[in-house]
Amino acid sequence: MSGRPHHPADPAAGFAGNVGTPDTTPMTGQTERADWIGMPGERPPRLGFFTDTSVCIGCKACEVACKEWNLVPADAGPSGSGSTRMADLDLLGMSYDNTGDLGANSWRHVAFVESQHRTGPQKGDVRWLMSSDVCKHCTHAACLDVCPTGALMRTEFDTVYVQPDVCNGCGYCVPACPYGVIDIRPEDGRAFKCTLCYDRTKDGLTPACAQACPTESIQFGPLDELRERADRRLAQLHDRGVPEARLYGRHPDDGVGGDGAFFLLLDEPEAYGLPPDPVVTTRDLPAMWKRAALAAAGLAAAVAASFLGGS
Amino acid sequence: MGRRSRVRGSMVPEAEFSSYYGRPILKKPTWKNPDVPLYLWVGGMAGASSVVAALADATGRPVLRRGGRLVAAGGAALGTVALVHDLGRPSRFLNMLRVVKPTSPLSVGSWILAPFAGAASAAAASEVTGVAPALGRLAGWGAAAFGPPLASYTGVLLADTAVPAWHEVHGELPVLFAASGAAAGAGAQLIVTGLAGAPRRERTPVARLAVAGAAAELAAGEILERRLERLPGGVVDAWRTGRAGRWNRLARALTVAGGLGALLAGLRGPSGRVAAVASGAALAAGSLATRFAAFEAGLASAADPQHVVAPQRARLATEGPASAEGSWLAGERSTRPVPRS
Repeated sequence: MSGRPHHPADPAAGFAGNVGTPDTTPMTGQTERADWIGMPGERPPRLGFFTDTSVCIGCKACEVACKEWNLVPADAGPSGSGSTRMADLDLLGMSYDNTGDLGANSWRHVAFVESQHRTGPQKGDVRWLMSSDVCKHCTHAACLDVCPTGALMRTEFDTVYVQPDVCNGCGYCVPACPYGVIDIRPEDGRAFKCTLCYDRTKDGLTPACAQACPTESIQFGPLDELRERADRRLAQLHDRGVPEARLYGRHPDDGVGGDGAFFLLLDEPEAYGLPPDPVVTTRDLPAMWKRAALAAAGLAAAVAASFLGGS
Repeated sequence: MGRRSRVRGSMVPEAEFSSYYGRPILKKPTWKNPDVPLYLWVGGMAGASSVVAALADATGRPVLRRGGRLVAAGGAALGTVALVHDLGRPSRFLNMLRVVKPTSPLSVGSWILAPFAGAASAAAASEVTGVAPALGRLAGWGAAAFGPPLASYTGVLLADTAVPAWHEVHGELPVLFAASGAAAGAGAQLIVTGLAGAPRRERTPVARLAVAGAAAELAAGEILERRLERLPGGVVDAWRTGRAGRWNRLARALTVAGGLGALLAGLRGPSGRVAAVASGAALAAGSLATRFAAFEAGLASAADPQHVVAPQRARLATEGPASAEGSWLAGERSTRPVPRS
């Protein structure tokens, strides 16, 4: 298997000229069939997303494309009823974001943050931040760890996937996720989240959200290439006087072992609704099992002791 | 950017953190109420009762043996029903036994509950019918082997989540639940011995266990809250305020009353019997209230973004970025990406 797909270095292609250089953007590669569909027995690369929020325009094409391709239903609640009354439209009334968060029926969520510049010449001016959030496909995925049925699995692309024919809706993955991504679809009973378009990647296609993104804010590809590209983009932004730019989920030695889907942010993670320093809960599980064994032994000993001695 | 809210906390300087319009970061646990708190409660009660039954059998206490076996079997049955009813797809409950996964407390718990329920039911069937008492005794010991883990693993079940009010007390929750199970099991047997008018010889062991269990439950709850107090972001409020706080205060009142009442259960005559039944009921109810308090605390904590952000920011400031390195279970390798280079 060869390296990355060949991208023609034509600066006029796509939106690349607006957002960076051929070094920092995928150019037109996203519409080509990828080359990781190799010979049988060959292991494909780890695939992921790099979401560069500095070029996100908040159009929500990713949300729509995801819903269309994956047949994700409308959110449960009034808007799912087909009602057109204003009161039933699920408007959140906080910003131009009426999706609110990721969930069983929202596998991409465009956050829309309205705030002020805190530093620099524009200090005090209104600033809009937009960011398309998605399942992080963690290296150490808590949802996968705690799933009792094995419904959550790691694919050959090292993405995290829920097998809908195995999930029994126990709901353990829901509070286990440190990012609050996966959720139960109440009318169905099972857990759902981003599949990283497993059906498309298996055929060498780009996931629907990345395919639809008009600014290539959502970049898709082998994770090691995305990380290199993100590092170059970060350096470019810092050179251009955007010191607040930072990568989120990029580092393989963080609390979740690095995210398969990582981000370039322009503010603190919590401003976008992301945890600043998440840790996979099962890191502490061996200590918990030891404590549970000790507590069980203590319970047995207490019962035994209460039977000792006179009556 | 949403509101900047002030973080309460005694050990860490006051700080302000942003949030995304105050919206939760974590998803609210979808576990059903009262199914899951009920399961936590009967699991503890049944687990402790199975050990009581086995030791009563060994020491010649027929009333305790019978009561212990019946409560163990009934609790296992009720717990299984609650667990299955809690599933989004109840018809797929057997998928719980599809794999054995030490990384999943619910998988481990299913493999504890299934043999426990089988053994406890066999012991109870033998008790009720009088058939095959030797096999009933063997089954009783089998249930007693799985009973204590059944009582304590549920603490891991809650703690092995990202919910701060649960995860941050992962050392305390299994102890609290085991102690609460001891109090509930002893309480149930106090009721049995009191109603049956059993001799003091039958009542004494469970009265002792009731006092010890109540004391341990109160102590573990106190230690748990003190640990959470040290966290910024007001995580301890999840246990102290709102619905969880009300359950918590009720649990403590009932457990204190039940523990004190159990001291009187050794009295001769009717007063001892009344004390046994009343204190047993108070302890069992107190244990149930403890489980509701724990459950509601998690719901409240998951809904508050400051519970997530403030402790993580404090840890970043003092210890630097977190790392997942350290304590892996061997089986976890099957769930990790394969190194390619």
